Amino acid sequence: MSAYILKRLLSIIPVLFGLSIIVFLVMSMIPGDPAIAILGSYATPENVERINRDLGLDKPLVQQYFIWIGNVVQGDFGRSFALNRPVLDEVLERFRATLILAGVALVLCSVMGLIAGVISAVRQFGWADKAITFVVLAGISMPSFWLGLILILLFAVRWRLLPASGMYAIYGGGDLKDLLLHLILPASTLAVVAAGVIARLTRAAMLEVLRQDFVRTARAKGLPERQVIYRHAFRAALVGVIPVIGIQAGFVLGGAVYIETVFQWPGIGAMLVKAISTRDILLVQGGVLIVASSHVLFNLAADVVQTMLDPRIRA
Amino acid sequence: MKRLFQGAAVAAAIALASFSAQAQTPPNVLIVGQIAEPKSLDPHAVTATNDFRILVNLYDGLVRYKDGTLEVEPSLAETWTISDDGKTYTFKLREGVKFHDGSDFNAEAVKFNFDRMLKEDHPFHDTGPFPLAFNFSAVEAVNVIDENTVEFKLKEPFAPFLSNLAYPTGLIISPAAVEEYGKDFGRHPSGTGAFKFTEWQSNQLVAAERNENYWDGAPSLEAVVFRPITDSNTRVAEMLAGGIDIMVEVPPDNLASFKSDSNFKVAEQAGPHVWFGILNTKEGPFADKRVRQAANFAVNKETLVNDVLQGTATVAAGPIPPAFNWVNSSVEPYPYDPERAKQLLAEAGVEDPKLTFYVTEGGSGMLNPVTMGAAIQADLEAAGFAVTIESYEWNTFLGRVNEGLESKADMAEMAWMTNDPDTLPYLTLRTEALPANGGFNSGYYSNPELDQLLERARRSTDQSERAELYAQVQEIVHDDAPWLFVANWKQNAVTTAAVEGFELEPSFLLNLKDVSK
Repeated sequence: MSAYILKRLLSIIPVLFGLSIIVFLVMSMIPGDPAIAILGSYATPENVERINRDLGLDKPLVQQYFIWIGNVVQGDFGRSFALNRPVLDEVLERFRATLILAGVALVLCSVMGLIAGVISAVRQFGWADKAITFVVLAGISMPSFWLGLILILLFAVRWRLLPASGMYAIYGGGDLKDLLLHLILPASTLAVVAAGVIARLTRAAMLEVLRQDFVRTARAKGLPERQVIYRHAFRAALVGVIPVIGIQAGFVLGGAVYIETVFQWPGIGAMLVKAISTRDILLVQGGVLIVASSHVLFNLAADVVQTMLDPRIRA
Repeated sequence: MKRLFQGAAVAAAIALASFSAQAQTPPNVLIVGQIAEPKSLDPHAVTATNDFRILVNLYDGLVRYKDGTLEVEPSLAETWTISDDGKTYTFKLREGVKFHDGSDFNAEAVKFNFDRMLKEDHPFHDTGPFPLAFNFSAVEAVNVIDENTVEFKLKEPFAPFLSNLAYPTGLIISPAAVEEYGKDFGRHPSGTGAFKFTEWQSNQLVAAERNENYWDGAPSLEAVVFRPITDSNTRVAEMLAGGIDIMVEVPPDNLASFKSDSNFKVAEQAGPHVWFGILNTKEGPFADKRVRQAANFAVNKETLVNDVLQGTATVAAGPIPPAFNWVNSSVEPYPYDPERAKQLLAEAGVEDPKLTFYVTEGGSGMLNPVTMGAAIQADLEAAGFAVTIESYEWNTFLGRVNEGLESKADMAEMAWMTNDPDTLPYLTLRTEALPANGGFNSGYYSNPELDQLLERARRSTDQSERAELYAQVQEIVHDDAPWLFVANWKQNAVTTAAVEGFELEPSFLLNLKDVSK
């Protein structure tokens, strides 16, 4: 098992290396450069040249890349032009915020999705199944930024129950309770769409499992229905659902871009969008590398959990 | 299972009810909703109005804009003299002023500030880049005469110099803090301003507290907090929810509802902003002055400012915005007259002139460029033009437009905000300012008479003479129509009813010293 995990971890390195080259190339191919982004309408060729010289962007592209990768290997991710601070500080701070948001959303959507999926499978075609299917469809179809704004208008503006945006209160906040309060709306919004997908898959997997022989055997043995469903059927169905949750983790991280913007959550998605529009190449590199690594790690974690649940896969 | 759901629902309801006192801003602390995270709190390293709004509260310049105007008045400099040849400015500095870090403000500090920006061999020049340093490119040397007297030697007379000193690029920073923090000075700012920086939590807030020893009287607010809220809908929601006391740049769609709500106060102020279409005067239909004038008659600017921009702008008459109210111009905007436009096109002998129109998707000061572009296209087509729009993302757009429109386009959207009537025409309308020479004259307009006027106006140190010269500039450019003159933006802000003493400045800066709540 540990050899397998190590092998998977080592395989990340060439992926990240290749990715960094692609990001570098793409960023240098899109028109406009950081100096223009900094100078705006004052971007004369003369001013642009001066800024580029100050930022070290007047060197050939290949040389720029090797300078960058050489520094990265030594743990120096460079300085963001647009934010005027070390890339690593910014990326780690932002990533922490995204992880909190996406992590809570992932737990929420997994719990909601699994419960809803099991209920609708067990009560197939009953009113609960129909109601859940309806809600799931609505959740999947709704644009998340729109849902987010509606929630803000209801919970923050009309009822004044929850804060409208941000991660902590401006004054007197900063503790766990404050963080949780600020998390409720964005995490729920983010969870709704992903929960729908998980619910549908759980339902399908459960329906399939419930028709299998071992379930009939369990029932024939006289086990209580509750035990049949949760100890036998659900566990078997989970093996098929776990990798989907792994993929949803990636979706939740990606979907966080909109949610972070709407709720002004200081996460990495919103940071990347801004960094691309200001052509802040080192910040984009740093952000992409950390997001990509986390994707790979999530999928690896899902695989590991799956293997533990289903010994057959290990072979 | 059902019981579990019911239990959870009840628990959630109780949890929510127990936090009913959400979103109250603390007393005597003003929370400002900004449009973005500042780039840096080093005034010499930034270019965005968003950042300037914070900086003018942390720092002072040698001079500043008088309330409600774009005229300069003393600030850290108490008096100054200008030599007869207009090349030497001598400032007598205010005595006894200290930076927030405790170090002294004096002539050496002033010299340090400008040398850092302008001299490549200065030991702290590498704490840049300083993108707007060219505002002071006329400066040849800064000399310390004595502890409280400093002299600026200019290479040539340059009338906008004082106005540029009042602009945020001229704010004075603490040399001791630069020596201590180097490149990180932008995160550890120290000035002489009314508020003293306390903390910057990335992407969440910048906070500053009252400077008890402020030379111009301590402000009444205990502290100010600037919060970046990039999404305008969220900013509006946060304002309605009571999470912020002031928001700037209210979307036009929401302005009316704030105006009719007695819990809020709306402030509006015209600024030194011009929104225009650059016309390619070198080739194609716009090489003919009559066709350029026809375009100006053809577009219904009233509709643009009242409907598309919902009253957040006024119609522009020429390159000098009315916010420079010391320029006595009587030039009126081109009226909307499609018949006149058709007539001019007929006189010019062009039929169905084809135009390529560069439109941007957004950008600093561009207001609502996509809708405005479409409305302009419709009006021009009604008058007989055939217009093709090409749209570009802002940075790409700037790259294409700034290198000149030749063989690419006949027309391009553009907007500028300036602090002196010299800046915009000097950089964009002179013969010398062609893109090939590093200028912004992307439409290749050339009029020797205008060139001469602009040179004279920037060398004159007599304000009333300058007022007269810029009035002529406005008239000539209006008539030659190298641009489609469209709009002058009115900036706006909303405050809660409890906020007192808040006013917007024509400079687009946000002075919070006299605000209370």
